[in-house]
Amino acid sequence: MLHTVNKSPFDHNSFETCLKFARPGSAVLLIEDGVYAAAADTAVSKRVQEALKSVSIYALKPDVEARGMQNRVMDGVRLVDYAGFVDLVVEYNAVQSWL
Amino acid sequence: MKFGILVNEGPYTHEASDTAYQFAKAALAKGHEIYRVFFYHDGVNNGTRLTVPPQDDRNVVKRWSDLAAKHKLDLVVCIAAAQRRGLMDAAEAKRNGKDADNIAPGFRISGLGQLIEAGIQADRLVVFGG
Amino acid sequence: MAQETHGRVSKKFLYVNRKAPYGTIYALESLEVVLIGAAFEQDVSLAFVDDGVYQLTKGQDTKGLQMKNFSPTFRALEDYDVTKLYVEKEALQARGLSEADLVVPVEVVNAQRMAEIMEAQDVILSF
Repeated sequence: MLHTVNKSPFDHNSFETCLKFARPGSAVLLIEDGVYAAAADTAVSKRVQEALKSVSIYALKPDVEARGMQNRVMDGVRLVDYAGFVDLVVEYNAVQSWL
Repeated sequence: MKFGILVNEGPYTHEASDTAYQFAKAALAKGHEIYRVFFYHDGVNNGTRLTVPPQDDRNVVKRWSDLAAKHKLDLVVCIAAAQRRGLMDAAEAKRNGKDADNIAPGFRISGLGQLIEAGIQADRLVVFGG
Repeated sequence: MAQETHGRVSKKFLYVNRKAPYGTIYALESLEVVLIGAAFEQDVSLAFVDDGVYQLTKGQDTKGLQMKNFSPTFRALEDYDVTKLYVEKEALQARGLSEADLVVPVEVVNAQRMAEIMEAQDVILSF
């Protein structure tokens, strides 16, 4: 399954809840304010590193750039554009949006 | 593939409508089909004809209307959510004794069944919310 | 995942509830989708996670708010053949709640089981 998270991990528990229910082999796409979870050296970075062992994590590039985070994206998180977002939705059997 | 899209939030206050629009546009550019875009909760406010956004920023409502016209998209506003929030087409306004209607071009008002049907008929349903 | 019986496609629909009632409209309006959706004879499940578990608590008295108390509607779901209500165990415990505090019979599941249930779905509606 593809999971999307659109909230900052510092503001809501959506990212944490998503990771709790995302099964190994899933993909997590960070969009909108959710891209802040992709930043290196934050209070959640360790959690993200741990999650990367079982799920793929992507961040939506236009959202990363809008927030000036393009030079801070941690290793292991892949950036995709909207076309890449579409491809991920096609690739996985279903999408769950964590709001 | 056929996509169903659900937009749960109104224009500007949340990024949901923007992300949904960019997703829809990208999907169409790749040759996919958008089966329906369904607007629920405050998402119905994406269908207002009366929006006058600042000139130097995007026109969220018009963008949807234009995309719908270009690609013959089915933009559906939920009737129950629309009634709560005061979004009307001419028929609804007449039926409910209101003195005006405010729906934007390209949008139509219908029931929640249209959302369920989109879930059934589309290959993927993607939810954009707040 | 989608089953075809009598020529009609039946998909697994999951409604994910994570928000408390009354503070926002999401709980009420998501329930309205469930009720309309019931007529389409799909394989429906409801998941209650995080504050979503609060939607099911007993004793909701909304007179002072002058708002509609919609919690009794959960008891009517059975009449619509919507019987698969999954509540996450940790969400209940974190909130000092138990199954006895809920208005309707549910299946309490741990996170792993909830994840399995979610993974098996075709259409996931979040509000």
